[in-house]
Amino acid sequence: MESLPKVVPEFLAWLPRVGLSHFLIVSAVLFSLGVFGIVTRRNAILVLMGVELILNAANLNLIAFSRYSGLNLDGQVAAVFVIILAAAEAAIALAIVLNIWHRFQTVNIDEVSTLKE
Amino acid sequence: MELFDTVFYLFALVAVVSGAIVVLTRNLMYAAFSLLFTLFAMAAFYVLLVADFLAVTQVLVYVGGILVLLLFGAMLTTKLISVDLKTGTIHVIPALVLVAMVGGTLSGLFYSTWSDVGSSTQGPAAATTAPLGELLMTRFVLPFEVASVILVVALIGATWTARRNRSPLT
Repeated sequence: MESLPKVVPEFLAWLPRVGLSHFLIVSAVLFSLGVFGIVTRRNAILVLMGVELILNAANLNLIAFSRYSGLNLDGQVAAVFVIILAAAEAAIALAIVLNIWHRFQTVNIDEVSTLKE
Repeated sequence: MELFDTVFYLFALVAVVSGAIVVLTRNLMYAAFSLLFTLFAMAAFYVLLVADFLAVTQVLVYVGGILVLLLFGAMLTTKLISVDLKTGTIHVIPALVLVAMVGGTLSGLFYSTWSDVGSSTQGPAAATTAPLGELLMTRFVLPFEVASVILVVALIGATWTARRNRSPLT
């Protein structure tokens, strides 16, 4: 890292050097945004987008810890499994949302409050 | 401030702003395309953190798979007559309070606990694809197989669940 040239304009020089906590705080912000999306959205698709934000935040945490513990690859393996399960979750959730649409003609989750018609 | 820091701050800005657009905009399509930018920024973070295989996987699976799936879902579940694709929000104020508490607690906790961890504990950068594959075939072979079974079961189940008229399987 020491050999890289300074490419930052002077007015940004007050920003601190990036460490582990910077990645963790970005992931905390993304996690909070995902929770906000899940709680406030009425459309089921947008709730799913909130879930994806949360999963990405968790992945960023895992990979950041893996990097800052001397490139220990266990964190990256866990992130691979998170991506696999996110794909499976998205497929099943979209199938359920399509079924809800066929049955109720709406995907607003506060209107779909009955188990049968 | 060096190249690493500059790139980090740039993509942190992209990730946070587009993530905020995902959860705040009223237009479903804007949310989907902002999610695209968030996912690309996450891939950039993975590159910064020497996770080359995961960065490529992120682009392939999230952008090429999950986001397209979400877009299909968004387009299939809207009435053709009302094409505005707008969506409402509910109980915003309690959610704001909850999110401020959760986010503040997490950020404070992370900063107070890990703020002294800098580049000294990073270790040398190296290609991770081959060691990752070796780990998946040795120490993590059981979770790997279980994940493959879960993926097959989930995808077959999703295909069957999403069919329009469910005649019994013969």
